[in-house]
Amino acid sequence: MWLLYLPLVIPALAGAAARPLAARLEPRHATWLLTTAAVALAGCSLAALALLAAFAAARAPLLATLGDYSPAVMRRGDPISAAAGVAAALALTGAAVAVTVMVRNRAKALAESYRRAAGLPAGDSVVVLPGPAIEAYALPGWPGRIVVSARLLGCLDERRRTALIAHEQAHLDGRHHLFATVARLAAAANPLLIPVARAVDYTVERWADEHAAAVTHDRRLVAETIGQVALLAGPGPRAAAGMALGVTGRRPGRVSVAWAGPVPRRVAALLVAPPRRQSILLAACSAIVLLAGVAALLAARDLHTLLELAQGPR
Amino acid sequence: MSSTAGAERRAAGALEAEILAIVRAADGPLTPGEVRQRLAPATQAGPDQADGQRGELSYSTVVTIVSRLHVKGLLARQRAGRGFTYTPVDEASLAASRMSQVLGREDDHDAVLSRFVSGLSSRDARLLRELLASGSPAASRADAEDGEVG
Repeated sequence: MWLLYLPLVIPALAGAAARPLAARLEPRHATWLLTTAAVALAGCSLAALALLAAFAAARAPLLATLGDYSPAVMRRGDPISAAAGVAAALALTGAAVAVTVMVRNRAKALAESYRRAAGLPAGDSVVVLPGPAIEAYALPGWPGRIVVSARLLGCLDERRRTALIAHEQAHLDGRHHLFATVARLAAAANPLLIPVARAVDYTVERWADEHAAAVTHDRRLVAETIGQVALLAGPGPRAAAGMALGVTGRRPGRVSVAWAGPVPRRVAALLVAPPRRQSILLAACSAIVLLAGVAALLAARDLHTLLELAQGPR
Repeated sequence: MSSTAGAERRAAGALEAEILAIVRAADGPLTPGEVRQRLAPATQAGPDQADGQRGELSYSTVVTIVSRLHVKGLLARQRAGRGFTYTPVDEASLAASRMSQVLGREDDHDAVLSRFVSGLSSRDARLLRELLASGSPAASRADAEDGEVG
């Protein structure tokens, strides 16, 4: 029955591996791998929780009478304690609530974004924001829009503008917000996957950065553009969180890109050669995710076998 | 006293609307000085009072108001020499700026937008400067450590 705990342990492993993988893999592959892994692992862990709860519940005499099987046989064959069953049921309920809330909020936000994008005048895909703000973002929609503030455009030269627009266009063309949303949903179902969702936020940025580098044929130009815009924009809403992350468990004297926030890591990645395709690493990660699925399936089969055994000959 | 202050505020609001109308009606970009020139005939009661009225509305008041309109996203400005010239903001930009305000207010709405850069901590900002100053991340890491010792 240890098999049942495997789909619960592997997401923790994925959470720990997400950031190094995001740094190492080619961004498009990393995005696909991390997003599908998040969904698959969230599904497996929910299935495992449901099975744990079911195993425990199957020992209740009332259910045994209703299902016409022997509770004694169930008890003998079933190593799951009632406490584990209750804990699993509680976790499952929590996950269901978290996913429902997240689906509702994200659906509302996306609908709002589509509505706003549709409300902007047709034609130009780039919308210029007036006022003194330093802002640039991709607004998902049909069609999606690139929103850039006039002040930011004024600060950038022609080539950097091209890099910025290419980056945001890559977000829109690749529907990157969907990857991020799906990964967040998986993380809502299983909080161990939160680092994976964060890694997806990072890999879609890297994906767009690499696209901008391909369009401009100049990696350093894209790096400089990101740096310039980030320094112009100054501390953002996430600055405090980023600082906390950067300091965790490090001596104050050490500064390394690996522990920095997303912006320096993106810039550092652009200042070196583009990442290569890593087929072996991809295959290994896929195999581990598959293992979680197989474990959940085997556990389900065990429950089924046990129930048949307890029902005895018809 | 308070009624006088209220009257002044109302007057400021009316002045904003008037200046906005002037910039929108103009053929091209206007400097604050040009705005002030066009404003004067409109606020005067008669030709005799023209000089007095012009004196009351100082250049700096006009600059303050057009800057405020710029911050509100109602006027765009371009650098011209030592100062700025102002143009009205088109409909698309106005719609975008209203949208941006709404989207920025709520976390969930913000979550679906792909921002070009997320927030920078002071540590990240320092690291970023080092990265860009040098050629490669490895070199800058060494620089950063040297810098920290001192």
